[in-house]
Amino acid sequence: MLMFVLQRLARAVLTILIVVTFAFVTLRLTSDPTLVVLGPDAPPESIAAFRLRWGLDKPIWQQFFYYVAGLMRGDFGRSMLNGADVLPMVVARILVTLKIMLPALAIGVGVGVSAGVFAALKRGTLADRMIMFLAVVGFTVPGFVLGLVLVLVFAVSLGWLPSGGNDSWSSPILPVVTLGAYWSAVLARFTRSSMIEVLGQPYILTASAKGLLWQAVVTRHALPNAAIPVVTTVGLMVGGMLAGAVVTESVFSWPGLGQLLVTSVAARDVAIVQCILLLVATTMVLSNMAVDFLYGLLDPRLRSGLH
Amino acid sequence: MTEISMTPDTSPAASPDSATDALGQSARKSIPVSIRLAIGWVALMVLTALLANLLRPYSITALDLSARLQPPVGFGGSWAHVLGTDELGRDVLSRLLVSIRVSLSLAFAATLLGVLLGAALGLMAAHFRGLVEQVVLVLIDVQAALPFIILALSVMAFIGNSQVLLVGLLALYGWERHARVVRGLALSANTQGFMLAVRQLGASPGRQYLRHLLPNISATLIVITTLAFPEIILAESGLSFLGLGVQPPMTSLGNMVGYGRAYLSNAPWIPLFPSAVIVLTTLAISTLGDWLRDKLDPTVR
Repeated sequence: MLMFVLQRLARAVLTILIVVTFAFVTLRLTSDPTLVVLGPDAPPESIAAFRLRWGLDKPIWQQFFYYVAGLMRGDFGRSMLNGADVLPMVVARILVTLKIMLPALAIGVGVGVSAGVFAALKRGTLADRMIMFLAVVGFTVPGFVLGLVLVLVFAVSLGWLPSGGNDSWSSPILPVVTLGAYWSAVLARFTRSSMIEVLGQPYILTASAKGLLWQAVVTRHALPNAAIPVVTTVGLMVGGMLAGAVVTESVFSWPGLGQLLVTSVAARDVAIVQCILLLVATTMVLSNMAVDFLYGLLDPRLRSGLH
Repeated sequence: MTEISMTPDTSPAASPDSATDALGQSARKSIPVSIRLAIGWVALMVLTALLANLLRPYSITALDLSARLQPPVGFGGSWAHVLGTDELGRDVLSRLLVSIRVSLSLAFAATLLGVLLGAALGLMAAHFRGLVEQVVLVLIDVQAALPFIILALSVMAFIGNSQVLLVGLLALYGWERHARVVRGLALSANTQGFMLAVRQLGASPGRQYLRHLLPNISATLIVITTLAFPEIILAESGLSFLGLGVQPPMTSLGNMVGYGRAYLSNAPWIPLFPSAVIVLTTLAISTLGDWLRDKLDPTVR
């Protein structure tokens, strides 16, 4: 078990290291922030001063060394546009993104899991087909289309809700519904197939045969087993949460992490982009790892395999 | 392969085929209505993509400044511009047809490239084992740690923007899942009799994998390709929607929705027609993919 944990940790660290290197090398080699920040008409002496100030005159391996040394001290660099520390800027935006992400995740889990369980129990009925049709639709309608339709109906036609921004209590409603619908659809499909698989297992037959009420069979034997893959899927979703909002935030002009990424990319603010890439990759790696461990904890059958 | 897999639970979108269930076993062997509709729509889209330049009534950049923001026929528009015009008086129908061509061909090329890349790396990992396999597994981890949209945003904006780069990037979408699947299949096939026999007979690795393994895993490859295609259409339209995919004056479905959203309140037909095409196309291909999966390979989930 210890061996497994150590191996998994080593792989996680290696992955993050590669992402850091990749991000640094591609971003530094492919664009010269000097010209973008100062403009093409900047005088040569201010270009030289800018390069000196940001260390861009040094060879790239040296710049990389300074960057990694800075990361070790918790220094993620400074924005080239306004010189501010990058990390507080990014963290502030993450909090804004979580404001729509967490309620959306709650809706996704609540609606998706219950719809999936219901559909599996009513398998083959009209209700099941309706739920699954909705799930496929929710899965294939892109966020920007659903978002635009919601804006058209609730903001433009009815005028009930704001079409974008983050300046009233009702602003998060439409983005939350857009994201929640997608996650509900994904989880409903997943929960249903997991539940159907479990309901076909011999231990369900045994539980019914020994005279348990069907309700007890479902709640005590089927649900806990069906929950295992669902929990891991939710874990992976949490990892991708910060990234999932880029398009939705753009539709609703929600000033979160996705918007920061889009504007920093447009402004060629390398430090911010690097910081976002690093934080998102770290969250993904950590949640993937947590899911691996969780799997072992939740499913005793897998635990023996981990030794 | 069996008819059991055609029970309603495994084809979630098959609601219209309830009538055929009552007709019994012989009717069940036929293709459900939802699948026929899906095939019909995909065929229509492929034809449109192929013939877009013949079908379009105007050039996609032809301006008609006297007929700006004209609504479609039936909403006060004229037959001169069946689906209306945009803010520069460009014909929405012509742009839609060309967008279908651009979006579908980009997504198709990227899907094939992505499956090829994933399959090649997965096979290499399974064949060489050892260091090669470890490298592939680390690459898979790295890709899984970088959400596609974030990777694409960073790369597109800094490296620049070309259709070749766009296809290359889109091909990165999902290759790590294909690589995992193919590696797993190849590892298990390598322990089976036929692969051992072929190897004992002295076949070269190319012959082993192309002539003997490939036919055995082709069903799975077809299924993962079909299921990846709509995801890549969505990825491309998402990027173009953000203004980072296909660049003007060229047009794509996501691009039309992206600039059309500014006219949502006074000219909703500009974003709504391409949105509908995106939704119907991904819906049709996903439905087909689910159905193929149940038919050909129930093991892929």
